Amino acid sequence: MRKIFDFHGGIHPPENKQQSLGEPIRDAGIPAQLVVPLSQHIGAPSSPIVAVGDRVLKGQVIAEAAGFVSVPQHAPSSGTVAAIEERPIPHPSGFHALCIVIDCDGRDEWLPHRGLENYEGESPSDLLEHIREAGIAGMGGAGFPSAVKLKEKPGASIDTLIINGTECEPYITADDALMREHAAEIVAGAEILRHIVGPKNTLIGVEDNKPEGIAALQAAAEGTGIEIVVFPTKYPSGGEKQLIEILTGRQVPSGGLPADVGVVCQNVGTAVAVYDAIVHGRPLISRITTITGEAVSRPGNYRVLLGSPMQHLLDLAGFDPARNQRLVMGGPMMGFTLTDSAVPVVKTTNCLLAPSAEELPAPPPAQACIRCGLCAEACPASLLPQQLFWFARGKEYDKLEEHNLFDCIECGACSWACPSHIPLVQYYRASKADILQQRRDHEKSEQSRIRFEARQERLAREEAEKEAKRLARKKAAELRAQQQAAESGDDSGAEVDPIQAAIERAKAKKAAQQQAAGGESEQDKLEKAVASTRKRLDTASAKLEQARAEGSDLIDALQSGVDKTRAKLEAAEKALAEHLASQDNPPPASEPAVAKPRSAAEIAIAKAKAARAAEADLSPQEKARKQLDSLRQRLDKSEQRLAQSREAGEDEKIVEALAATVQRLKEKISALESEAEKVESP
Amino acid sequence: MALLRVTSPHAHGPASTQKVMQQVLLATVPGVIALIHFFGFGVLVNIAWAALLALAFESLALKLRGRELGFYLKDCSALVTAVLLGVALPPYSPWWLIAVGMASAILLAKHLYGGLGYNPFNPAMVGYVVLLISFPVQMTTWEAPRGVGEVPGLLDALRACFTPASFDGTTAATPLDVLKQNNSLLLENLWAAEPVFGRWAGIGWEWANIAFLAGGLWLLYRRIFTWHAPLAFLAVLALMAALFYDGGSSASGGSPLFHLLSGATMFGAFFIVTDPVTSAVSVRGRLVYGALAGLLVYLIRVWGNYPDAVAFAVLIMNFAAPFIDHYTQPRTYGHRKPAKRREES
Repeated sequence: MRKIFDFHGGIHPPENKQQSLGEPIRDAGIPAQLVVPLSQHIGAPSSPIVAVGDRVLKGQVIAEAAGFVSVPQHAPSSGTVAAIEERPIPHPSGFHALCIVIDCDGRDEWLPHRGLENYEGESPSDLLEHIREAGIAGMGGAGFPSAVKLKEKPGASIDTLIINGTECEPYITADDALMREHAAEIVAGAEILRHIVGPKNTLIGVEDNKPEGIAALQAAAEGTGIEIVVFPTKYPSGGEKQLIEILTGRQVPSGGLPADVGVVCQNVGTAVAVYDAIVHGRPLISRITTITGEAVSRPGNYRVLLGSPMQHLLDLAGFDPARNQRLVMGGPMMGFTLTDSAVPVVKTTNCLLAPSAEELPAPPPAQACIRCGLCAEACPASLLPQQLFWFARGKEYDKLEEHNLFDCIECGACSWACPSHIPLVQYYRASKADILQQRRDHEKSEQSRIRFEARQERLAREEAEKEAKRLARKKAAELRAQQQAAESGDDSGAEVDPIQAAIERAKAKKAAQQQAAGGESEQDKLEKAVASTRKRLDTASAKLEQARAEGSDLIDALQSGVDKTRAKLEAAEKALAEHLASQDNPPPASEPAVAKPRSAAEIAIAKAKAARAAEADLSPQEKARKQLDSLRQRLDKSEQRLAQSREAGEDEKIVEALAATVQRLKEKISALESEAEKVESP
Repeated sequence: MALLRVTSPHAHGPASTQKVMQQVLLATVPGVIALIHFFGFGVLVNIAWAALLALAFESLALKLRGRELGFYLKDCSALVTAVLLGVALPPYSPWWLIAVGMASAILLAKHLYGGLGYNPFNPAMVGYVVLLISFPVQMTTWEAPRGVGEVPGLLDALRACFTPASFDGTTAATPLDVLKQNNSLLLENLWAAEPVFGRWAGIGWEWANIAFLAGGLWLLYRRIFTWHAPLAFLAVLALMAALFYDGGSSASGGSPLFHLLSGATMFGAFFIVTDPVTSAVSVRGRLVYGALAGLLVYLIRVWGNYPDAVAFAVLIMNFAAPFIDHYTQPRTYGHRKPAKRREES
């Protein structure tokens, strides 16, 4: 006889299980339409692989697993895909989610399938792949993908496999019915799971309020080495953590997994699904669901195709909407209310409860907490619910975490026991959500802080680098000046700072000019001004030409500079001419200044002017074409330049800049081309 | 079809605060009957008058605070306070004494802090201590129990309470008082010399204590509270008495049985120390809370200025309850150690 352990707390609510155990499991048949949600499990929703209008066969994959923690979905019956769209799904918040809607043809035509003849010859990883392909997710309530749960964890050695047949919630009898009628399949499924996990002990845990199920299991397990462990009925002994403590005396560490204490848990329904998948090759497309409550006249257990609308079940069970006041998926302790009877049955739908108002009355107004401690006595996690309530009301999140709020499994035992009818679990749920939100917000602000600091650091670093470069350049210039000074043999220059030298040179020049101005005539001054302005114009024009040739971005700026200089030159020439005229003395010196053939730059400017004037006469098409031609030339040049610098392995920045120029030119050209097309074909 | 949308759990247990309070009231019945038997109808007049005042003060406070009368009055908590204070006061107390006590209990100790559930101190004990400090003469004048003196009838009791005429019944020092004053006689001789002593403790007192014990055990059976605080309280009190019994010399503090069955011991253990609102919350916390209250009762009874000490001990422990809670958190499932207290730096 195995030693049974007890867990702290727990309650004994009225079981209300007899109502749905009057008859054996009935078949719910094929509804006209099946709505298969893509997310019936914890993890990523599966992705559809059928299209609207496709004919699908029973058991055919209609959506495949998307990622590791995910399972595929199969067509529960044969028919045609009518829609792939958002539909209401069973969810505490009444969410809509993507579903595959199948119009059933009623023929229930199977896709040909075959089980493994000898699973014992297969490796655990191959069997896990089969379980995954069959779309099996935990059928006890949470819906965690079974293959993931069964997969060996590195560093964890599993010595106990627990099959959970506890079903501690009031009203629900789906597992009980399964144990009574399909004990052999449960045991066979457990044997497959045992083969995969390889534990020392394989236990099936059942509460002592299910004597028929226990007897059936014991008969089926005869000689298999699988032990049926019976323990006293107490809610919530079916909670995974509680069941592990009952059967092994071990507690799953806070925040850890059962594997951390060498245990893997699977529900009896999951065991049968595994048996079906491995031995018969049938995917998970139906389950046993309890329909009960005073608002149905024929409560019982039904074998239901996944995706069947809840309304279909309610109709079968003789539902009286006038008596009903809420629809609960799951049990009265942890189930959630449905907003719509059109939502489908999913892999985790163990019960559909339609109670009357007298059966589960609306909660009365809460009274003050008198800290009686009945909640703490009931708490299976050994928390202090009255303290948590106090802190939750005060939004003292630090204290809540200090009092281990996140170890609360939301079983509802405290709320059930509370004499003041305080909705304790609801307070905890809201506080958990608030704390999680706060953590997320904190993380976000932390991230932006880190980003900001990194940016500041980068800017400072760049500034420092620039400064260092400047210093290096300065040093190099000094060195050069020293060398030059040394070369020219000017020993004094060797010590002169180049900037200082430049300043002095400028000063000397200025002084010379002043001196000259003082001694020179007005005419000389004006002539000099004309000459220097002309010189500046020459350099500016040359620069402009060069820029044009290279297709540089500076053309505009240079052009305006040239224009300004030219204006200055004209003004200077005019002033000189006026001066000469006023002296009534035709200046011999001004003759060459005006008539003299211009420098190459001036010729270029004249050419450009002429070109512009010519352009002005051209039609818009010709203008555009010309522009295009020049742009194309520039592009060719730029591309050559880019190729050269790439070959030469020049600095990345230069290459990048050149590449950008090429890109820009190409864009310009294509813009012009499209414009030209528009112009040419009005 | 409008479906009710609520989150789990959907089912609720049969317990209710009102039922808890009513059971506490019911559990005081044996003790009250014993007190009436030994001390006359003054006890009943105390309780009835206190109950009337409690309802009046509670209604007044609720009205001032803008709360719904019916909803809050039906929790019966004011009645519990009234009965506890009515039992604790000397029988045949004048009406104004009780009124001052109830006003302190309901208005000061309860509603100024936010009403039921929010009071850090036990309201009945606050009322009692306010009176004990303010009116020590009235508060220490106890009627001699039946068998020692004559017990007045109901009319006399009413007259004593509501008319200014002084009451000329026989009064007697309580056994705890007698023991406290003794400094020359061996306990054996004291027992023989003083008529107030009965078989194990004082005449009347011993039976009243046994009756309150019976009521308390019934509440334990009904699981209204757990055994931790009362047992720790009684065990430490008895242990202290055993340690300082001194073989019954003239300096003896009294036998364990004498302490267990004297004064307000059983009443305090099952009806005051177990007050959930003002005591520690965890199992370990309640053990510590009860034990320290028991220790304080003995210290004050034997070496303090007052003959009995339950009210003071409980009020002092009320102060300490949050502190005890702070250090006695239970170990949560899946944790190796009880929640670590954050270092307050």
